[in-house]
Amino acid sequence: MAQPNDFGFGEEAAMLKDAARKFFADNLPVAALHQLVADNHDPDRGPAVAWREDLWRQMVELGWTALAIPEAAGGLGMPLVAVAGLVEELGRAAFPCPLLGTLNATFVLAACGDRAAAALDDIGAGRAATLALTNRDGDWNPAATELRASGGTLSGTAWFVQDAGKVDRLLAAAHTEGGLGLFWVDAGAAGVRVHGDAIVDLTRDQAHVSFDNVEAVEVSANALAALNTAFPAIWTLLAADIAGAAEWQLQTTVEYANTRKQFDRPLGFFQAVKHPLVDVMIGIDEVRSLLYNAACACDTEPEKAGQYAHMALAAASDLAGFASSRSVQYHGGIGFTWECFVHLYFKRQKHSQALWGDGAWHRARLAEILLDTAA
Amino acid sequence: MSASARKDTPEQAEFRQYCRQWLAQHKPGEPPVRLPQSPLEIMTEPQLHYLQAWQKSAYEAGLIGCDYPQEVGGGGRGDCQRIANQEMIAARTPFLPNVIGLGMAAPTVFYHGQEELKRRLLPRLFSGEDIWCQGFSEPGAGSDLASVQTFAERRGDKWVINGHKVWTSLAHFAEWMILLLRTDRSHKYDGLSYFVVPIRAALGKGVTVRPLIKITGETGFNEVIFEDLEVDDSYRLDELGKGWQVAMTTLLHERSAGELQTPRAGGMKSGATHDTNSRSLIELARTTRRGEGRAADDPVLRDRIMRAVIREKAFEQTLRRSRNQALLDHPMRLPLQNKLLASELAQEVADTALAVAGAAGSLYLADDNAPAGGQWPMAYMNSFGMTIAAGTSEVQRNILGERVLGMSKSK
Repeated sequence: MAQPNDFGFGEEAAMLKDAARKFFADNLPVAALHQLVADNHDPDRGPAVAWREDLWRQMVELGWTALAIPEAAGGLGMPLVAVAGLVEELGRAAFPCPLLGTLNATFVLAACGDRAAAALDDIGAGRAATLALTNRDGDWNPAATELRASGGTLSGTAWFVQDAGKVDRLLAAAHTEGGLGLFWVDAGAAGVRVHGDAIVDLTRDQAHVSFDNVEAVEVSANALAALNTAFPAIWTLLAADIAGAAEWQLQTTVEYANTRKQFDRPLGFFQAVKHPLVDVMIGIDEVRSLLYNAACACDTEPEKAGQYAHMALAAASDLAGFASSRSVQYHGGIGFTWECFVHLYFKRQKHSQALWGDGAWHRARLAEILLDTAA
Repeated sequence: MSASARKDTPEQAEFRQYCRQWLAQHKPGEPPVRLPQSPLEIMTEPQLHYLQAWQKSAYEAGLIGCDYPQEVGGGGRGDCQRIANQEMIAARTPFLPNVIGLGMAAPTVFYHGQEELKRRLLPRLFSGEDIWCQGFSEPGAGSDLASVQTFAERRGDKWVINGHKVWTSLAHFAEWMILLLRTDRSHKYDGLSYFVVPIRAALGKGVTVRPLIKITGETGFNEVIFEDLEVDDSYRLDELGKGWQVAMTTLLHERSAGELQTPRAGGMKSGATHDTNSRSLIELARTTRRGEGRAADDPVLRDRIMRAVIREKAFEQTLRRSRNQALLDHPMRLPLQNKLLASELAQEVADTALAVAGAAGSLYLADDNAPAGGQWPMAYMNSFGMTIAAGTSEVQRNILGERVLGMSKSK
């Protein structure tokens, strides 16, 4: 099936994106964000879960967590490109909340078939969720898990679980007697322990979660199939978060380069500053173009979705590093201080850069598709 | 239905159908000679004549100049050049030889020329009967274009021109030149004026055209010397002292960022020529032997090839996004990137291909063992023409930083 020229980004999508930008800007402008998440600069600080749960409740009431639930399952079934627009704004605001995790769980559950209907209903009812797939090594292969399931209960530890301190449900992959299954778990169930990680990023929380004979509902006996279907959308939305955050980094750094004077000139006069900032802009535009293409493929050209999503996140991961390094560097001395807001985005981007595969990893997977299969 | 046909208006849909049928019947046959990689490297009369005949037939069929009014020789249509372009490219026709005329001179003459001049010049420009060239750069005015010194002195209702232009592609075949020159030495920008000049008629009588040889060994561009050339005032575009503003119209269209779509066609390759895009790069990597395996098995090359592939896809998708207002934050942010992205992409793809080819990358056009007929080293060398001409990549980054991001002017 061919893609529509406009990526499926219609009027509703544009309204959603505008509404999201306004919501984040009105409710948590960057100064307020800094107050909320950066009150403790101690490098030895422990894990923290800093967020505005009241704002999250409002986002749920606005229906944003149900956007990606298919219509057949009682959700809004919005095109992924519309959801990506919302997530760009989330990234631009560096907003702390479990939206990405909840959307990611939605994509996986939607690929699981009938057995996941009740779990999707949980999300429709406003429950926040996150994925628990990763092993201690942080392997980006979606099949890597240390969890085992037997007799309907889960045991073991899931690592690098995003926003685990903010969610109600966990979607875990576990080895079963029959292969690899997916399990829907109540985060408050007996035997679940969330061990917060002490991380650099102040706008998210992360944990390793241990399961000790935890009761869980198996929503799929073929985790790999569901994950392979869902991962293109997961990669695409992370690219959207990165693109949005990078746009904040660009605009903030350009503004500084236009006001700060040295040698009687604004910094932006000097091409050593101007040209790399243009390259950041070009990088953002490449990522946006690639991620809309990937999102549109998820909706209309699923056989190409994996390939296009690898492209989008490979470019986005590199951009996350480049935009971040330039934002701190061109703010000069002040950019190196805790009081300057750029470190919030720098840290979020460095976290995102290696979250679901870095640039080299995605290019390696893309190469397997383009170089190793028949032409 | 093809993806591009989806959003056609009824007029566009009907026109697309017409173009497709006409091209099916009238696309020219195999060229009698090796074609160059672009119109800017047309070296011989047989190459030129073959390409001119094609442009003339496409113009007469209504595929060129579609969006210009009929009074100036256009088709009088609305937003149809894009459609003709898509169909000509899809049909893999030869490219259009009058590339500077169509892309730069036509919109400039159209927006800034007197009515009589437009009616006289544009039809023969569209048909390709008159080849055009561009007299902007000078030995002392490259990236700093406004420092041109070619001077026109007023004598009655005539102007007398003296000066020296360089990098003038197609001047050896051109009837006409668009010419940026100085009519006042006391103001850098406001001292510039803009003319169209019939150079072929003046060869040996005030105009000398001397070929320059490129690093590829090809000719195609020239230096043009003016010695007391007399030109009528009616050949001036717009007002005296407005040359810089007129030149901006030219440059905007040259960078594919103007109002009027430039007619484009192409895809046909002749004889030993090959495509130099990422698809052929992948083909090269799959077929080049390296040790026990393929070049495509080398992990470093794999990463480089994928970088080029991703960049090409990003460029393609950025062009797609440019056509959707809802996905643009700033109207010029994407259009002004076109030239920079296209030229640096071509350079990266060709450079990567040379790395993949390894030792065989040393082989050039005349060598039977050269991968892809030696097109890769030629494409790599020619890519520097693209990253230098029409405002270097460095100038493009200045423009983007200043006009889109609002940073202080670097001059």
